[in-house]
Amino acid sequence: MAEMWLNMGPQHPFTHGLWNLRVKLDGETIVDADPIVGYLHRGWEKLAENRMYPQIIPMADRLCYGASMSWEHLYCNTIENMMELEVPDRAKYIRTIVLEAQRIGSHLMWLAALGTDLGSYTIFLYSVRERELFLDLMQNLCGARMTYNYCRIGGVRNDVPANFERDFDRVLTHFLNRMNDLESLMDRSSVFRLRMEDTGVISGEQARNLGVTGPNLRGSGVEYDVRKDDPYEVYGDLDFRTCFEKEGDSFARYRVRMDEMRESCNIIRQAIKRMPKGPYRLKPPRNAPKGKTGWAHVEDPRGEGFMYVIGNGDDHPYRLKVRSPIFVTVSAAPVMLIGYKIADVPAIMGSVDMCLGETDR
Amino acid sequence: MGKLAQREGLGPGGKTGEVIAQTLVEKFPQDVKITKATQNRVFATVNKPAWLNVAAFMKDALDFDHVTAVSGVDWLEEKKMWVVYHITSYANRVTAELIVELPRDQLEIDSISNLWGGANWHERETYDMYGIVFLGHPRMERILTPDGTDYFPYRKDFVGGRRV
Repeated sequence: MAEMWLNMGPQHPFTHGLWNLRVKLDGETIVDADPIVGYLHRGWEKLAENRMYPQIIPMADRLCYGASMSWEHLYCNTIENMMELEVPDRAKYIRTIVLEAQRIGSHLMWLAALGTDLGSYTIFLYSVRERELFLDLMQNLCGARMTYNYCRIGGVRNDVPANFERDFDRVLTHFLNRMNDLESLMDRSSVFRLRMEDTGVISGEQARNLGVTGPNLRGSGVEYDVRKDDPYEVYGDLDFRTCFEKEGDSFARYRVRMDEMRESCNIIRQAIKRMPKGPYRLKPPRNAPKGKTGWAHVEDPRGEGFMYVIGNGDDHPYRLKVRSPIFVTVSAAPVMLIGYKIADVPAIMGSVDMCLGETDR
Repeated sequence: MGKLAQREGLGPGGKTGEVIAQTLVEKFPQDVKITKATQNRVFATVNKPAWLNVAAFMKDALDFDHVTAVSGVDWLEEKKMWVVYHITSYANRVTAELIVELPRDQLEIDSISNLWGGANWHERETYDMYGIVFLGHPRMERILTPDGTDYFPYRKDFVGGRRV
């Protein structure tokens, strides 16, 4: 039978944004794939070169609206590394807590999207409902639900609100109970397992070589987590485990994220218990020396986020490079797709957790 | 860090950044200059002709298995460009920053995407934004900009507008 190229996207329900997946089909079997990105390219790095350092923080939010805290934190962390600032302890703890809350929120958003991809509105409604609680916590903290503008170079914008510990404790207790519901809803669903198990397999060796990071890498059995293996903020002092699965299929990636959400609750509880009193922010210098470089990498909910900055002697960066985890992961999409049926595409790409804002920058 | 290196599931490991820097300098005394090395970081500059050999050596002998990023930097006044590689070793938990300098009138460098598939799109993006050609790359085409773009937008001499 003649092979044909089929465009899935740029407007297609499974894309979660604006990108095009060209697949070459032999009957219903995928024999080749070619992801095309760039529809959302804004020239983020060039825009940053024309702004002062603090002005870039809200821009970093917009890299991924699903995990904006993670990106603005990465940006602040990078600039702090370049300026050699030591952030106050309290700010480090607050950052760790909100980063983990953001990770849960982002994973729940992914779960909701995956649910709709697979035709289950119940998963969507349940996970968006729980995500709302975390958005409320964030709103209490900084007034915004999605694009927070909360991290600052040298700390965070404001101290935690009254009843912060109590609210987090209540939400986490409630959420951990709900996690059981969510898991039994999917783990015991034969339809869900049929579509997720043994599809989109990528081996640990391939994932490592192709630059896949984060939950997608750990789903292939590589036990690497930047939080654990190159600790930033206070992750080095906390006791948590790296979640990973050996199978490398879509279901393994799903399991990794579910385990990570529980582990994030654990991290938040520990961090709240140990949070010291004291200042939450220092006054950073306005300018950075010319030619001075700095970089940081963090465990974004989607993988390894990375920024590299060069100072210009004034209050603008000379160069600000962003590494988006999904930009690299999607380049490995052909490996995950070839050999499977076209009906598996939404399940496989859904399990990867696409985010186009950071991919195209 | 010593405790971390013994964790399971990540291969042999056990080389610190200092050891890696030392090995690199001994193997390539002419071509690699270490600017700084700590427990889990290596900062170095590499001469362009030796770049592919250095990269292959890092992959095969020093367990570097992940390309974190490939960044271009345009130094317009100095008439040169940098290609900055950040390469991570999962086994050793070391990230190396390697800077390769190119003259601005000859923007060509050997591609490493045949060693690490993860560098593929990074190199395409660097070509797209800076016009640096990666020799031996399987598909040296633009990636983010629209079809028909005939300029390299991140170069410093391309001014697309300025905030006042």
